[in-house]
Amino acid sequence: MSAGRGPVEIKLTLNGAACSVDAYPMERLLDVLRHQLGLTGAKEGCGEGECGSCSVLMDGKLVNSCLVPVLQAEGADIVTIEGLAPGPELHALQEAFLECGGAQCGICTPGMIVAACYLLSQKPVPTLQDIREGLAGNLCRCTGYIQIIEAVAQAARRGVAR
Amino acid sequence: MRSHPAEFELVAPGSLQAVVALLAGEPGAWLPIAGGTDVMVQYAAGTLGARRLVSIWNLPELRGIEVAAEELRIGAGCTYSEIRGHEVVEREFSLLAAVAGWTGSIANQNRGTLGGNIVNASPAADSLPALLVYEAELILVSARGERRVPYVGFHTGYKKMGLAPDELIRTVCLPRRYAGYVAYSRKVGARNAQAISKVCVAALGKVTGGVVEDVRIAAGSVAPVPLRLVETERMVRGRRVDSELLALGRKTAAGEIRPIDDIRSNAGYRAAVMGNLVGEFLGRLG
Repeated sequence: MSAGRGPVEIKLTLNGAACSVDAYPMERLLDVLRHQLGLTGAKEGCGEGECGSCSVLMDGKLVNSCLVPVLQAEGADIVTIEGLAPGPELHALQEAFLECGGAQCGICTPGMIVAACYLLSQKPVPTLQDIREGLAGNLCRCTGYIQIIEAVAQAARRGVAR
Repeated sequence: MRSHPAEFELVAPGSLQAVVALLAGEPGAWLPIAGGTDVMVQYAAGTLGARRLVSIWNLPELRGIEVAAEELRIGAGCTYSEIRGHEVVEREFSLLAAVAGWTGSIANQNRGTLGGNIVNASPAADSLPALLVYEAELILVSARGERRVPYVGFHTGYKKMGLAPDELIRTVCLPRRYAGYVAYSRKVGARNAQAISKVCVAALGKVTGGVVEDVRIAAGSVAPVPLRLVETERMVRGRRVDSELLALGRKTAAGEIRPIDDIRSNAGYRAAVMGNLVGEFLGRLG
């Protein structure tokens, strides 16, 4: 796998389906998702890995897609917020965010839910401290976080990860 | 002004041998990029000087933690998440596990690598004081072969280090001889996650019969390089742990560092915090 200055073909698994896209190797995964693949769930907040609004799962791990050059996603399994509940049913975390008032303006919400999903994959029965740490890289300017933390706790109680 | 991707070249040769051959062909022309947690920030801000990058993310030769009888060998491409979750790191190198856990956020820990933290060479890097007190050694690799150097002294000035343009850090080696030591680490910053430290400290101490037998103290964000506080160590070594020692340690540490005023803090506050943290550490030895 190598690239010159022009666009290259990147093959990856996106929300469970094989996918191929032509992109410059240094394009940010976030931009490729939003502008070329039509997945606008992941948002750009800070663009420097501080706010978590561009969170996606890459090979099962939480990453900031604004800090991933798309060439590094070659062959990777990428899951975005759109992939968590592909059908008409909401994901249990989305349900819990709705019930608890965990979303207001909505900019941070996709990142929060993807980060929470990763947390529960690692710690199906998280403590309050685990939830706070798991979401510490995701900033919200609306809710004050309490409802978000409660939403994750509620989803965990319902056994989301099991 | 944001960077335009068409102006950059990024290649991923896929093996360590191919990467070092590329670096050897045009030393200094290629910037290695691992998890991108520093490089991509500069890229997005339009301040990245390099135009040609070579990906070392996921290179198998840089991954993995090898547990040998005498030392732990951490691949330079290991992420903070891999390091903090490793059983031997948690048990024998708790300072490294702690600093890996307070670096950035979970997403940054899933991408940021130990080798990247070393070569990024920030004096505020959280993991580097821990490497200083554990007296880590680095294995550097190039097409010319490998060499092993002590980490102490690797950073020679602000963002300067003893790494040739054709070299990569391959492995970080930690000697397994700190079982009987009290370990102390603390970060003082605006918040736990994401915030870069105002002052961070890693320290090890061994006390026998109420007397400090051995001590190592290192700090970040207090000098142009991560700093081992050798003068403070010399002053407290061999002394009884009492209130006089705490006062001596505080004063010596506050005077030994070379802090500056910047956007995160100021020199006076950093010196005061440095003294307090050393006092707290010495108090734990009693």
